Amino acid sequence: MAFVPHTRADVAAMLESIGVESIEALFEEIPAALRISALEGVPEALNEMQLARLMSARAQRDGRHLCFIGAGAYEHHIPAAVWALATRGEFYSAYTPYQAEASQGTLQLLYEYQTMMASLTAMEVSNASLYDGASALAEASLMAVRANRRSRSKRILVPCSVHPHYRRAAVAIAGNQGLAFEELPFADDTGCTPVAALQRYEREDITALVIAQPNVFGGLEDVDTLTDWAHARHALVVAVVNPVSLALLKPPGHWGAKGADIVVGEGQPLGIPLSSGGPYFGFMTTRLEHVRQMPGRIVGRTVDADGRAGFTLTLQAREQHIRRGKATSNICTNQGLMVTAATIHLSLMGAEGLRRTAAAAHARTRELVAALTSLPGVRRQFSGPVFHEDVIGLDVPVAPVLQALAERGIQGGWDLHRHYPQLGSALLVCATETKTAADITRYRDALADCLRATRTA
Amino acid sequence: MSIERDNRLEPLIFDYSVPGRGAEDQWPAPSGDAAVADLPAALCREQPPLLPAVSELETVRHFTRLSQLNFAIDTNFYPLGSCTMKYNPKACNQYAMLPEFLARHPLAPEAQGQGVLECLFELQEMLKAVTGMQAVSLTPMAGAQGEFAGVAMIRAYHRARGDLERNEIIVPETAHGTNPATATMCGWVVREVPVDAEGDVDVAALAAAVGPKTAGIMLTNPSTLGLFERRIEAVARIVHDAGGLLYYDGANLNAILGKVRPGDMGFDVVHVNLHKTFSTPHGGGGPGAGPVGVAARLAPFLPVPVVARRDDRYCWLTEDDLPQSIGRLSAFCGNVGVLLRAYIYMRMLGRDGMAKVGDYATLNANYLLARLTRAGFDAAYPRRRASHEFIITLKRQARDLGVSAMDVAKRLLDHGQHAPTTYFPLLVPECLLIEPTETESKAALDTFAVAMAQILAEAAQEPEHVTSAPHTMPVRRLDDVRAAKQLDLTWKPAP
Repeated sequence: MAFVPHTRADVAAMLESIGVESIEALFEEIPAALRISALEGVPEALNEMQLARLMSARAQRDGRHLCFIGAGAYEHHIPAAVWALATRGEFYSAYTPYQAEASQGTLQLLYEYQTMMASLTAMEVSNASLYDGASALAEASLMAVRANRRSRSKRILVPCSVHPHYRRAAVAIAGNQGLAFEELPFADDTGCTPVAALQRYEREDITALVIAQPNVFGGLEDVDTLTDWAHARHALVVAVVNPVSLALLKPPGHWGAKGADIVVGEGQPLGIPLSSGGPYFGFMTTRLEHVRQMPGRIVGRTVDADGRAGFTLTLQAREQHIRRGKATSNICTNQGLMVTAATIHLSLMGAEGLRRTAAAAHARTRELVAALTSLPGVRRQFSGPVFHEDVIGLDVPVAPVLQALAERGIQGGWDLHRHYPQLGSALLVCATETKTAADITRYRDALADCLRATRTA
Repeated sequence: MSIERDNRLEPLIFDYSVPGRGAEDQWPAPSGDAAVADLPAALCREQPPLLPAVSELETVRHFTRLSQLNFAIDTNFYPLGSCTMKYNPKACNQYAMLPEFLARHPLAPEAQGQGVLECLFELQEMLKAVTGMQAVSLTPMAGAQGEFAGVAMIRAYHRARGDLERNEIIVPETAHGTNPATATMCGWVVREVPVDAEGDVDVAALAAAVGPKTAGIMLTNPSTLGLFERRIEAVARIVHDAGGLLYYDGANLNAILGKVRPGDMGFDVVHVNLHKTFSTPHGGGGPGAGPVGVAARLAPFLPVPVVARRDDRYCWLTEDDLPQSIGRLSAFCGNVGVLLRAYIYMRMLGRDGMAKVGDYATLNANYLLARLTRAGFDAAYPRRRASHEFIITLKRQARDLGVSAMDVAKRLLDHGQHAPTTYFPLLVPECLLIEPTETESKAALDTFAVAMAQILAEAAQEPEHVTSAPHTMPVRRLDDVRAAKQLDLTWKPAP
């Protein structure tokens, strides 16, 4: 099967029209020594019925579990309408809207998306998506180097309280262009970046300061003070935010006296399933003055030959297909379908629904943390305020506890030991609006069991 | 504003918004102020964001109507060259979206993901087989990120050997724009080499361009001209002899699937566009996936994570297992949902189906080329065999009739045909790059050929009707200059 519709008669007529004897003759320009006869290593075909059985068995093997892991990907309710609409073939099987007149649906949707994201982050302009939150941080760092004309250093300050995977991706993607990512420590008591950590950079040329709100621990940074510190030293501020949190938390455009300069983050909480890590989408918004330094597609509203409003890709002189080696980024294909889902999701949520979601997720996490820390030997690791995610400290190693919980069908959180060994036995936990009081009780009771078993072992 | 609705257009979602309305059934119950009282006031939002307040039905109707303003593979022939717009089988979507796959957290234990990991492992194995490479990483999230990974591995390879002088990447002048943009992202200097009159890389110019600074070459084969690079063995020899490596851009792998493998041609590293060759949906711009495959000497540098099998258990290898890795390109493990769709497609095609892909993609392209040539269009390379795509040039029509490639592209929309890629590659003036793909029937190709012939006749008799096209789309030709000068990038409410 190859979804090839040709009949024998078709093939014969086509070969005759071309003027060759066989399909094989069409490959005459390939040097014979390079040809292969069969693709060894690829199995025989399955028909759709066989395929359905195989995939269903594999999915069942993975099962469904009660998940209290966050760490950059969050289980939220997704209305059925979101993916029923997003998987319509007219969205799903179109490509980048190069032919604007035949792509007004995708283009208008992207314009609506840009409007929503700009407002959510309190910035002026948005692009049409990047790959994910981590790669968006890399792109934002590169953009900051282009946008900050007062800085020559290419030095980017990144708190250790930024997700470790984001920091690694930023180095892997942007490091080859000479950017230096310098890490700022966090305070032992709050898990947040103290202004004192910045003192040694007081008189130095810094291109940008990255601020994650909330940070990887769920902690709330002092965004106003950090933003003003950076701006006073002519550094740009790159904000990394959770879009759901912005229903409650101050948007980056309002941080400090002048607001953040570039805002990025992981769009997954806006209607995208967890899916083992992707596809998600990275978002990016900025001030109008920096729009020509922004990577990725941008849609603008204009008029047609009759003066009627319509939408088109714009500012394409920034992009690789025009500017080639001097483009703002090499990005071409982005995460369009994920943005389609997010725009539908944001429409269904509205400001009130998003606010309720954020508040309920936060309330469930507080209940979870209260329940878990009621157990002996379980405490909050940090003391400061958090948003819908928190770190708990255990008096036994985390890994065997998590394994014992998993055997009971509970995914208990993310073990921070690998990336933050200085925290000892620390576990990042998260509940969202999808968790009930009964779910939280089930986790608490299972944890009590596991801890008892670990201590007696 | 007119009372009558313009049925060709759809209002903005914000035009439907009425304060107090909303899809309340989708929202959690209010939590009360006490639930968020611990959030410091100074860190809280004061004004709600500008999101629409609309019902569920209004939302469904709005986005359904928007979708209907699009051309897509499911609705129209879509011969967008270089993009491989083939049919996306519905099964690939349905079985990649099984609830267990969707619900799995990326940091969930590997023991609770053996099903998905087994699929990914087998996908790596199949990609090794079709590319002729020794090891694969699935993590790059699009072709351009696959390119980045490939070129970054070449850099890491030279550096690990202490070969620090190499800082040039060679790119043919016909290369896709992502190639030089990627080389820049890797910190390389880009050196372009010309192609000859028949579309092959100018081997003498290449030999003169390589040297001790050459890190490698980025090459697409078949090239963006829709031609198989006939002297690929010589190209490989020249670059290898100079100490450089060969990177294969998989944009055009569809043409040669089951016929010849990049590994056998001498390439050291490849990326594959799963959204092209392996038919994962293009999604209105993405997501894609750009897995990379490498020869053994580059395996230590693969981006992480990579799926491994140990004692019949599947697990992720990370930086700890691959200390020389170029690192992590995404927060988690790339576009897993896209990878599953490609896996399903490959299992449904199987070994024989894949060989058919190359056969019929090539048959369709050559047939359409023959028909268009007979209808009076000029092939850019008339003495060459087309691969899975081909270029016609409208240089003659532009000169004689004042009708450009873009005009023909726009007029095709009126015929219900999505336009081919226009003005790429930049080397060929007034060009259309046409890629029909193997899933189109002869009848669909005939319809396209007839439309093209009619447009050519129209261009001679009534050229202004072509130059003012399209006439039947939701909008007429859009003012791109105004779009870029009077920036209107977000909707703003009336003050």
